[in-house]
Amino acid sequence: MQIETESEEDFYIIKILGEVDVSSSIILHDAIQDAISKEETKILVDCQELTYIASAGLGVFTSIIQDFTDKNIHLALYNMSEKIKNVFEIVGLDNLLNIVSNLEEARKM
Amino acid sequence: MTHYYKVNCTRDNLRLIREFVNVVLQNLSLSEIEVNQLVLAVDEICSNLIIYSHDCNPDESIEIHIRKQEKDLLFEIIDKDASFFDIKDYKEPEIEKLVQEKRKGGMGLMLVNRIMDSVELTTENKTNTWRLLKRMN
Repeated sequence: MQIETESEEDFYIIKILGEVDVSSSIILHDAIQDAISKEETKILVDCQELTYIASAGLGVFTSIIQDFTDKNIHLALYNMSEKIKNVFEIVGLDNLLNIVSNLEEARKM
Repeated sequence: MTHYYKVNCTRDNLRLIREFVNVVLQNLSLSEIEVNQLVLAVDEICSNLIIYSHDCNPDESIEIHIRKQEKDLLFEIIDKDASFFDIKDYKEPEIEKLVQEKRKGGMGLMLVNRIMDSVELTTENKTNTWRLLKRMN
């Protein structure tokens, strides 16, 4: 799994490439923590190249939602395939995260 | 026909387990979402066993058996020399509570239980056998 990041106007984009499993989830966790330490307040996660996510990957998001709410950090996930979105839906995380279709919608949230 | 795979307990082998399940399921006319769910369920059990039960010891191993039956798919994950785990003690956490408590863990068995139609664990002679059953439409 790899992470690519870029800044686009006010937005900080984290692009996930590959599989987020029990071993690689720490890389995603560190990328998000890095964005927080840079005091980014509009974080968008591009999931177009995300091919697999296990519970450890979902756990990265459950562990940060509260901090993002408290610090008023905007978070949106976009470009997610149906099979990946289905995993978020199985545990109900789709109701607690902003999961939208594309970058345009993610920027509007 | 039963498909069989035996792997040593290393983190890297989780990827090989996912590939094995994926290949076996490719010929069964399942949707991409269904295949992903079943791969995920097996991955969750195996990652728990490899990391927490066997502490990633490469000298130890687990076995995965996949059998297509008339109306269902049976996944058996066999863990010899296993530590005791009572599935009856498991209580599914609430997702809202995991978020409040900023917890990373707690969703593995939740996924497995919600994906599969039945999940059983039997222990005999220090061997734990997880039986995950998925009914086929």
